[in-house]
Amino acid sequence: MTKPLSVLAWGAVAAVGTLAVSVVAVHRGEPINALWLVVAATCCYALGYRFYSRFIAVKILVLDPLRATPAERLENGRDFLVTNKWVVFGHHFAAIAGPGPLVGPVLAAQFGYLPGTLWILAGAVFAGCVQDFVILLFSVRRDGKSLTEMAKEETGRVGGMVAYAAVIAIITILLAVVALIVVNALKSSPWGAFTVGITIPIALLMGIYLRRIRPGKVLEVSVLGFILVLLAIWGGQWVSQNPTLAGIFTLSATTLAILIIIYGFAASALPVWLLLAPRDYLSTFVKLGTIALLSVGIVVLHPTLHMPAFTRFVDGTGPVFAGKIFPFAFITIACGAISGFHALISSGTTPKLIARETETRLVGYGAMMCESAVAIMAVIAACVLQPGIYFAINSPASIVGAAPEAAANTISSWGFPITAAEMQALAQAVGEQTLYNRTGGAPAFAVGMAHIFSSTLGGQEVMALWYHFAIMFEALFILSILDAGTRVARFMLQDAFGHVYKPLGRTSWYPSILATSGLIVAAWGYFLWQGVKDPLGGINSLWPLFGIANQLLATVALCVATTIIIKVHRAKYSLVTLLPLAWLVTVTYTASWHKVLDPNPRIGFLAQARVLGAGPATSATRQLIFNNRLDAAVTAILVIMVSLVVIESVRVWAGILSGKKMSPVRESPFVMTRLTAGENA
Amino acid sequence: MKPDLRERRLKQLASFVRIFLATLREIFDEAAYARFLQRTQTTSSPQAYAAFRREHEHRHARRPRCC
Repeated sequence: MTKPLSVLAWGAVAAVGTLAVSVVAVHRGEPINALWLVVAATCCYALGYRFYSRFIAVKILVLDPLRATPAERLENGRDFLVTNKWVVFGHHFAAIAGPGPLVGPVLAAQFGYLPGTLWILAGAVFAGCVQDFVILLFSVRRDGKSLTEMAKEETGRVGGMVAYAAVIAIITILLAVVALIVVNALKSSPWGAFTVGITIPIALLMGIYLRRIRPGKVLEVSVLGFILVLLAIWGGQWVSQNPTLAGIFTLSATTLAILIIIYGFAASALPVWLLLAPRDYLSTFVKLGTIALLSVGIVVLHPTLHMPAFTRFVDGTGPVFAGKIFPFAFITIACGAISGFHALISSGTTPKLIARETETRLVGYGAMMCESAVAIMAVIAACVLQPGIYFAINSPASIVGAAPEAAANTISSWGFPITAAEMQALAQAVGEQTLYNRTGGAPAFAVGMAHIFSSTLGGQEVMALWYHFAIMFEALFILSILDAGTRVARFMLQDAFGHVYKPLGRTSWYPSILATSGLIVAAWGYFLWQGVKDPLGGINSLWPLFGIANQLLATVALCVATTIIIKVHRAKYSLVTLLPLAWLVTVTYTASWHKVLDPNPRIGFLAQARVLGAGPATSATRQLIFNNRLDAAVTAILVIMVSLVVIESVRVWAGILSGKKMSPVRESPFVMTRLTAGENA
Repeated sequence: MKPDLRERRLKQLASFVRIFLATLREIFDEAAYARFLQRTQTTSSPQAYAAFRREHEHRHARRPRCC
């Protein structure tokens, strides 16, 4: 494209983007069409990728296409492998896209569609994509080293230790939170419980098929598994209509929690080929397909958003979770805007596959942009619902009341009219007994998704099938995170214990496998149990805790990135990582302060413990008080640990900038690439 | 549409399909299994797949996955 034409085209993109963002931001009163969000997001991502990521690539990172990457220098056909950039892109996206970008935006929709949308767009373009991109490149230049190793080398031993501890803490809280989402989605839902439960024997069958019948034919068996899962969804309807079977599969939250804990332990202790790997393949297949289908559905249907731009709950009194927009919207939406967990993946398998440094821009910055687009789809799915329906699904019984009429009256009194009859009709349409108090975000997302899908394909008659497809999609997604996450944490514990007693570090020694699996399952199982028993619905306390832990890990990643940028004499551009870092420190420290010390018992853990302490003393109350104090302690410990990394990093920066300290660059030496210009491009 | 333009489009489409399938094969570890068979000079069998999984288990199960 010639230069004048390019200027004209990008000028048009900027103009359309400005118009769309203005409409989204300024429009009030009448409902807005979802297409405005899609256009605003597309233009923001296009401009961010074309200009901001290019600026970072050219001015700060100085990407060098002639420098051999570890995939080329250390190629061994296993971990290190020169791979086509689109293949790496797909690999990276499949690893970073979990249920987080779907659930977080749905929960944050209680503030209205605007706060979440703006944070997702700005957060991704200026923070999340930047973090993933720079960490990926720095890892590529260090032989594919992990974030914890880079933190140790660049900011000192404290950085490495804190990153390690933060990872364990995040995984524990993450697993508890996602398990709670599954529990809330499946409780009292025979159709959902049957469909999701049957995916376990399907995964076992796939494992045996792969191992014994058609070794290695994963795509083939995944298609077969996908067909079986569709049959399971259809069969779930029959189960829900059969009184005997419906009774068996109507499970309480506590029963589901116990079953999920047992499942997590089994998945961690059983051989990978039997359960974990086939479920992983099945979930990847469903995940990629459903995300593609949802994006097509939104564009084709371009539904109207019924949620206003802002709701009355910006004042912090929201029923879904308590707390004001600042800071809680910014920790509730993590994965769609910025997620510290991504830094682990950008410094995990991905840097070992990159063929050229220049490809880190597409993979690091580009894949995160796609993840952010998934979050925008989640905002749309939540906001196409009538607000009354959204709040009826997402509000705990302790706030709106347990009886349908009471809940409908409470929600209507907030200015979001809804009747018990409407909710009953909706529950019947999606094949559920009730949709009240289904906290956690997943059921609301499933209703929104079913609405979009059924309006595009099949009409209202198949809404129940689409709803349960969406529930199965989310549960499958989450259970694959649960089993893989438990296993990853088990290995991390085994690595640590191996320093104390060598046999404990052996990953094939069964006593060690059982002990460490038990330990990690007990840790997240405890938080899950706490969430199930929480009168405020669990999500109110656990999701912010997860958000804080995740964003604190992003703080560590941005500290490492800023340190390296200063060390390579690019200090004048360090604002690129320093600004997101400052924002995250402000947000997470403020949120942590509120979660620990806020006098409002719906927000502050200690205040809630005090209120409970002032009431009648039962064994349940004592447990709740302990849980709240434990949550406060976990938050405080995480903040203290990350503060140490921030202080250590600032000390290193000051030393380098004042010239008092040497700043050795830990990059691998330059080696000229042997790849030809077209190879793997 | 001119024949050379149509040919170019077809080539682009074929390239897209090829990369899409390669991506799926990579995500689903089929490509890794093919490389394993080539490296160990073996043919596909339950024993070879078991050996591949054993070799891969250590790495695959440690791969972090985001929320």
